[in-house]
Amino acid sequence: MSTTENLITVNDLHFSRGERVIYEGIDMAIPKGKVIAVMGPSGCGKTTLLRLIGAKLRPQSGSIIVDNQNVFKLSRRELYKARRKMGLLFQSGALFTSLSAYENVAFPLREHTNLPETLIRRIVLMKLQAVGLRGASELMPSELSGGMARRVALARAIAMDPQLVMYDEPFTGLDPIAMGVIVQLIRKLNDALGLTSIVVTHDVPEVMSIADYVYVLANGKVIGEGTPEEVRQDSSPLLKQFIQGLPDGVVPYHYPAKDYAEDLLEC
Amino acid sequence: MLTRIQTFGQSGIEFCSGFGRSGIFLVRTLLRRPRTVRTFPLLLQELYSVGVLSLLIIVVSALFIGMVLGLQGYNILVEFSATSELGTMVALGIVRELGPVITALLFAGRAGSALTAEIGLMKTTEQIDSMEMIGVDPLWRIISPRFWAGIISMPLLSIIFCAVAIWGGYLIGVAWLGVDSGVFWNNMQSNVSFSADVVNGIIKSIVFGFVIVWIAVFQGFDAKPTAEGISRATTRTVVYSSLAVLGLDFILTAMMMGGW
Repeated sequence: MSTTENLITVNDLHFSRGERVIYEGIDMAIPKGKVIAVMGPSGCGKTTLLRLIGAKLRPQSGSIIVDNQNVFKLSRRELYKARRKMGLLFQSGALFTSLSAYENVAFPLREHTNLPETLIRRIVLMKLQAVGLRGASELMPSELSGGMARRVALARAIAMDPQLVMYDEPFTGLDPIAMGVIVQLIRKLNDALGLTSIVVTHDVPEVMSIADYVYVLANGKVIGEGTPEEVRQDSSPLLKQFIQGLPDGVVPYHYPAKDYAEDLLEC
Repeated sequence: MLTRIQTFGQSGIEFCSGFGRSGIFLVRTLLRRPRTVRTFPLLLQELYSVGVLSLLIIVVSALFIGMVLGLQGYNILVEFSATSELGTMVALGIVRELGPVITALLFAGRAGSALTAEIGLMKTTEQIDSMEMIGVDPLWRIISPRFWAGIISMPLLSIIFCAVAIWGGYLIGVAWLGVDSGVFWNNMQSNVSFSADVVNGIIKSIVFGFVIVWIAVFQGFDAKPTAEGISRATTRTVVYSSLAVLGLDFILTAMMMGGW
């Protein structure tokens, strides 16, 4: 795929937290207009990837090109401007607790535009309608359920009509109905608004049902990529264990420890 | 032994690094002072929560401290037949020292800890991160209004404290113990200098306000995003602010007495 068709290109990214190596040179290409799933076991650095794309973190080496700009070479002002083209849906929703659902969605519009109040109201109601929560516009975040809070946060993330929406573990802790709603919303909003979506998750069946392309990360590397079907058919043991959810395999069930019998007999 | 030296060294490095971070944080906050009409409502809102909501504790404490000072002062002065100087004694004690210092200590406990906890919780619940990802600088939107609200509130609270405390001293001295009202106010007026006493007290309160609010917002912003992290940050705010206020009070008093 050529660079012009990709909204994001990750090149040879190395990132560590102290002694712990998170990425040992990963390469990825996120094409425009697609839903891309990034999967991997807990602690493999999926959320870190989103923070790196938003330049909230800096890597030791490598680059991330978003819309033909290396995000790590932007000045603070340019970076804040670039972030207006991105929406990030946090796992917790991260709604501003002192503002109502309506005001949360209106927040980016009030901060970045000089639109009249009537127009802001229309945009906010349209975004809330898109996530099915126009009726909850006056509720405070503390009055919303987990799924509803995530939908309001999604409405806020798309308030400025970004090119890219990143979802950080969007299915965690949701009941089946709320999960089904979010799964459908991600796909529908992506297609209706012409977005590019990156969904970071370890909920394999849910994300496989809507993703166009899948990356699987583990041990600091991309261990598999392709369409959902290609990834399902992949025969590498680690990928197979992850996709099929097998408790033991390349990733052992037991945390490394000394011999069991020896440990029991020790006084 | 070596471990102890290592631990000591590490604490020293951590202290220096924290101090450096807080300095950079302060400069970045000062560069983002409220500038436009749009930030004015945010400042007003923070003036309410930092200043107005601290009024009750300030007024009640001031009243009791003024009354105690009146009572103690009267009992000391009566032995020297100098009760006519009660007004002077109460006013000088409050305007020069007790007003700014006790207001600052109460302000650190009431408003400083609240600021740290609020900002720390915003960090824990990823509200600050999400604001950055929306493309809004949290230093401008969250920190700056709180910072300036603290600096504006502190001298005003200190002035209110002084007025109420002097009135408390008047209640005890004049209304209860029978010192002549004219003598009480007249001696106070002739012995308390506006430029040397009142202005110096206000300068102290501005400095204290600046230091407290700097510590409070930095501790909140720098807190570890966990329940324990917020609790430690809140404690640090109260402890550091109180120590800083008492230490600075000595330095400022020495400078003021020495005529700068």
